[in-house]
Amino acid sequence: MEITVLRSGPMTTVQDEGRFGYLAYGIGQSGAMDKDAYHKANALVGNGKGEAVLEATLMGPVLRFEQDALLAFMGADMQACIDDMPAVRGRAYPVHAGQVVSFGMAKNGVRSYIAVAGGVDVPEVMGSRSTDIKCGIGGLQGRKLADGDILRVFDRNDPPFRIKIYGRRNITPAGYPHEVTVRAILGPQDDHFTEEGIRTFLETAYTVSSESDRMGIRLNGAQIEGKCAMDIVSDGIAFGSVQVTTAGLPIVLMADHQTTGGYAKIATVISDDLPCLAQAGPGDRIRFQKVEIGEIQRKLRKRRRRKDDK
Amino acid sequence: MEEIHILPAGDAALVVEFGKGIDEETNNKVHALSAYIKSGRIRGVRETLPTFRSLMVFYDSGTTTFEKLSKMISRFRPDKVMIKKEKKRRLIVPCCYEGAYAPDIPELSFLLKIERGEIVRLHENVDYKIYMLGFLPGFVYLGGLDERLHAPRLSTPRTRIPARSVGIGGTQTGVYPVDSPGGWRLIGRTPLDFYAPDSPSPILCEAGEYIRFVSINEKEYRALRRDVETGVFRPEYA
Repeated sequence: MEITVLRSGPMTTVQDEGRFGYLAYGIGQSGAMDKDAYHKANALVGNGKGEAVLEATLMGPVLRFEQDALLAFMGADMQACIDDMPAVRGRAYPVHAGQVVSFGMAKNGVRSYIAVAGGVDVPEVMGSRSTDIKCGIGGLQGRKLADGDILRVFDRNDPPFRIKIYGRRNITPAGYPHEVTVRAILGPQDDHFTEEGIRTFLETAYTVSSESDRMGIRLNGAQIEGKCAMDIVSDGIAFGSVQVTTAGLPIVLMADHQTTGGYAKIATVISDDLPCLAQAGPGDRIRFQKVEIGEIQRKLRKRRRRKDDK
Repeated sequence: MEEIHILPAGDAALVVEFGKGIDEETNNKVHALSAYIKSGRIRGVRETLPTFRSLMVFYDSGTTTFEKLSKMISRFRPDKVMIKKEKKRRLIVPCCYEGAYAPDIPELSFLLKIERGEIVRLHENVDYKIYMLGFLPGFVYLGGLDERLHAPRLSTPRTRIPARSVGIGGTQTGVYPVDSPGGWRLIGRTPLDFYAPDSPSPILCEAGEYIRFVSINEKEYRALRRDVETGVFRPEYA
């Protein structure tokens, strides 16, 4: 199955779960920024958990389907239309050969996930189809989509009754408020900051800068006071690490972060709260709430146990 | 023995700190723990990331917890499982310290008051320890640069340094794996690809191992480069 990219949008890339096992070589994990929306989009069209989708940022693409396909999208609301008919998030739509699916500006949230039954067919590089622009790998030749690209999708040949079943599925999309509180665990270098600095970090409503991207969510607001210089001997970075720059401002490092860095990290946003951070746009406000590692992991286990019982 | 610190880095990673500074002994402990974990003795670990003085451990929080992992890691005694000396592997990195490949040698020679030939000799006769990889894909942080070659970075960084350039910046030396901006003084170029995304082994070096530069002339450089490009070149270890 093929899709012609009539218009790519400013930043549309192929992403999957991410690339694992290469951090020690300087190659980051990449992958979908909002894992929650990514998983749901795949689930709607009956894809396995790790299939590749399109991640569109701020403004979506215009796609012509060259063969029949089953399509769903989650994440930001980009006012999608199939030909001229509006289509909503959280449902699977059968699309016929020749139909054009167009996405507009993001109205709520900033990142939209477009899943097609079968998954986007690009070569796996180091175990993943995710685009890593810095390393020039994954996706379409390691770059974002461009106008005129042809995207291949794995053929799944669903029988009609299955298409019908998928058509009845429905997932309520998450809402993305303009002010969110994310939970964070202090450390590993919280001892580099004064008590006053940590209080500032936890009590300020930071504003998302327009320079935010897949590497990091840059924040403006009150400066965080450090005990000494903010640079440390370079060490590892995680998805969600909150680095404080020499200017005293926090950056939450996201999917395309560098593997190592030399700025002190005051805290790390917990995995569950990364999706809503990934949907925060320029001007949105972010607050950090301190949580303890033990408490979060106990809750996580309880939740898993409940799931297993079901 | 210095105490180790185990710190949370969110709910799916932790950091094991072995010290504060950059030295070979501390870094050896980092790699010893990484090897210990990779040998599969600890459940729930997905990936490890060694750096100068600490090891980041990524784990599946459904299988294990910070508390459990911390307990297991704190029992680890790096001095008992230190990487054995005979396992020390040295990658030979041919380097052309001539002409257009070494644009900053004349100024460096003036700055350090060391003759060109002596700069090359001091740079190539060392087993550099690969402390860690990071910053760019395949970028090696090396320990062991001769103090006489320590030199400040360029006051105005170059906007584009060609891939495979060998440089000196401050107390460090290293190789640019891809074209990138940078402020290091360029003293040579290697025909080897430190990052080759399309190759079955995309990254040339492994943290914890050693590399040694060996001087080659421009003709040898071109011949070796051809071998690398046609895929007949095999890295040599000593």
